[in-house]
Amino acid sequence: MNSVFNAVLTLGGLGLAFGILLAVASKVFHVEVDPKITQIKEALPGANCGACGYPGCDALAKAIAEGKEAANSCPVGGSETAEAVSAIMGLESGEDSEGKKVARVLCSGCDSISKKKFDYKGIKDCKAASMIQGGDKSCDKGCLGYGTCLEVCNFDAIRIEDGIAIIDPEKCTACGLCLEACPKDVIEWVPYDQEVVVDCKNQDFGKAVKDICEVGCIACGICEKNCPFDAIHVENNIAKIDYEKCTGCMICTEKCPTNAISGELEKRKKAYIIEDKCIGCTICAKNCPVDCIDGEVKKVHVVNQEECIGCSVCFEKCPVDAIEMR
Amino acid sequence: MNYFSIFIGAVLVNNFVLAKFLGICPFLGVSKKVETALGMGIAVTFVMTLASIMTWLVQVAILDNFGLQYLQTIAFILIIASLVQFVEMFLKKSSPSLYEALGVYLPLITTNCAVLGLAILNIQNEFDLMETIVNSLGAAIGFTLAIVLFAGIRERLELADVPESLKGFPIALITAGLMSIAFLGFSSLSI
Repeated sequence: MNSVFNAVLTLGGLGLAFGILLAVASKVFHVEVDPKITQIKEALPGANCGACGYPGCDALAKAIAEGKEAANSCPVGGSETAEAVSAIMGLESGEDSEGKKVARVLCSGCDSISKKKFDYKGIKDCKAASMIQGGDKSCDKGCLGYGTCLEVCNFDAIRIEDGIAIIDPEKCTACGLCLEACPKDVIEWVPYDQEVVVDCKNQDFGKAVKDICEVGCIACGICEKNCPFDAIHVENNIAKIDYEKCTGCMICTEKCPTNAISGELEKRKKAYIIEDKCIGCTICAKNCPVDCIDGEVKKVHVVNQEECIGCSVCFEKCPVDAIEMR
Repeated sequence: MNYFSIFIGAVLVNNFVLAKFLGICPFLGVSKKVETALGMGIAVTFVMTLASIMTWLVQVAILDNFGLQYLQTIAFILIIASLVQFVEMFLKKSSPSLYEALGVYLPLITTNCAVLGLAILNIQNEFDLMETIVNSLGAAIGFTLAIVLFAGIRERLELADVPESLKGFPIALITAGLMSIAFLGFSSLSI
């Protein structure tokens, strides 16, 4: 009986002593930390795996709280963690689609329309293929489609379709691994909601491009002449879109003789005038780049839907918000 | 048995990781970079030395006095866990730079079997306080040596052409085994 008593007393005493010691120490050695760090630390998985590049979740939590890292920099936690962290940081969401960029393969020369220089039978890897004469694709700027980018993508966002890689903008987290992996540098950053993109990187002119690819940019400059917003320019024999200026009107998509510019015309938005609100000021008609709005002063204006290109200039200019895009 | 032979014995002959197979978890877990391995090694050295002094004192002063040797394991775990907590708080306040350097490794060591194993071995070998300190320091340096060497090899393994099926942990375990065999050579060391 005595030994049981001793044992309980000893362990209990030790436990109590250490408990008091720690309690006192936590007061004496208390260090003020940013409450955000503690909250973020709790939101993170806490596995201390180091996949983010920091030694443990604490270090990452500190970096996020200090604004050095983005809210979605934990690759393990996924979107749930990113949302929780961004809520703590007071951001709308981890993926603010405003200004969000995604990777995009700037080549649409799939197997059925592009030509091959030779029959490649080697390892199914773009880096290996590109070492032999720059790859089997006749265009030396094009996507080889052997899936080196697909191998490195951690988010299952890349698929190979008909011999070219396609990146799903919904799944892309803009980690940039595919950009580094691609030996042809055919992947570039494009704004998430950008519909109109020049899907070609070939810097040859005219016939040189036409001979090897049906959908390559031939640097004809038709897009440049037709753009109402001065948003597309041919530089180094390749059309480049200024994404800041582009309104997504798809005129260049329509006019491009080789269909090198992406954009689904069916998805094109149209301007509609809300008759109750329109005050007949003619501002929209004056600003329309294609003159498709008819209207006299003080009368309800009418948009000619056949000609409307959905550039949303009128939508922005209307002083009474009487125009909607749909 | 002089201090020197205890020290060399702890570092090389009875290396904790490679001869006694204690502390394998951090040995495999944080040995991908030499830098982090060194951080872990220093943290282990720090905690091992402090913990074995504390446990030795408790053993001699309390457990032996009351004939409670059978409570050794649970008492030692209690001591080590509280000690690590205390040291962490203390460092955070008094030396933030050291705290940053040890980082996450410090709390990780709380449940490291090498620390508990060392504390128990010190008692089993009937060391006095000075011998305990030397042995702990040796064992901790041995651990650091092993983990840093291993991390160095693993850094080079990253670049090596390893067969697909052996990539990652399999090759790491094989490497650890080979290192262990190499360290076996020290067992014939007579000091």
